[in-house]
Amino acid sequence: MSMFWQRGELACVQMVELITDYLEDALPRAQRRRFEAHIAGCPHCTEYLRQMRATIRLTGELRVEDMAPHVREEFTELYRRWQAEEGA
Amino acid sequence: MRLIPSIAPPRRPRERTPAVDADAPLLARLRAGEQDAFVALVERHHATMTRLARSLLSNRAVAEEVVQDTWLAALRGLDGFAGRSSFRTWLLSILVNRARSAGVRERRSVPVGDAGPVVDRARFDASGAWMAPPEHWVEDSDERLLAQGLAGDIRAALQELPERQREVVMLRDVDGLSAHEVCAVLELSDANQRVLLHRGRSRLRQALEDELGGA
Repeated sequence: MSMFWQRGELACVQMVELITDYLEDALPRAQRRRFEAHIAGCPHCTEYLRQMRATIRLTGELRVEDMAPHVREEFTELYRRWQAEEGA
Repeated sequence: MRLIPSIAPPRRPRERTPAVDADAPLLARLRAGEQDAFVALVERHHATMTRLARSLLSNRAVAEEVVQDTWLAALRGLDGFAGRSSFRTWLLSILVNRARSAGVRERRSVPVGDAGPVVDRARFDASGAWMAPPEHWVEDSDERLLAQGLAGDIRAALQELPERQREVVMLRDVDGLSAHEVCAVLELSDANQRVLLHRGRSRLRQALEDELGGA
């Protein structure tokens, strides 16, 4: 396996494990070249890469509701408490 | 089991805390005693803090208390905040520490845990090539995907992730923290942060394929 990593082409099964290091720009240059060479010739891994990117984008669309008004009040109260404590 | 390829590369310098802290203007106003600046800071960080606290603590009420405690500690410690990290990193670090002392489940000694391949080995042939390739589901428009109620599926899949993967994926991909910030907040090495991110994102991708594949 380790021989396989170091030289020659990457297999799809390895690509799916390297993909985050690729996206995080954490692959050494030679490994990055092998990764990109594989992508260039493999429609399935190209699809996989697109899906990972889409997954990241879609996860980034998740939002929670704005802060409820009572929360704002709670924190205003907390600030006042702190000020009183400071002044004491 | 090592999850990192054995030829772990010498790392390039990663992104650093931005020189300009986006919270700096509000902090200056807070230091000048403006209550509105405090509330504005709370609003900026409330969602991230609440999500993180809920991920660290199963009890919602306790999580909310920890968020409040964190703000109180931040107010009290404001003079000691020297800006060596971003305000957000500092704040979230306080929160993680508070949550831990509020009785967070004991951290596993091996933080990455959850070994094994991220894609079922049965989907590859003996040479390691795809045998059951990823089913097509990505569309040109994310909006169209989201309009199909996908947000709920992602949310559910996030909840299913092991705790540490969920924390990393949420902070990185939902809250938009940098790798550097996440490492500081969760006290993770660069490599472990990436492993957790990798496993979490890969699971989310699989969840989306399960939901949308074969369309």
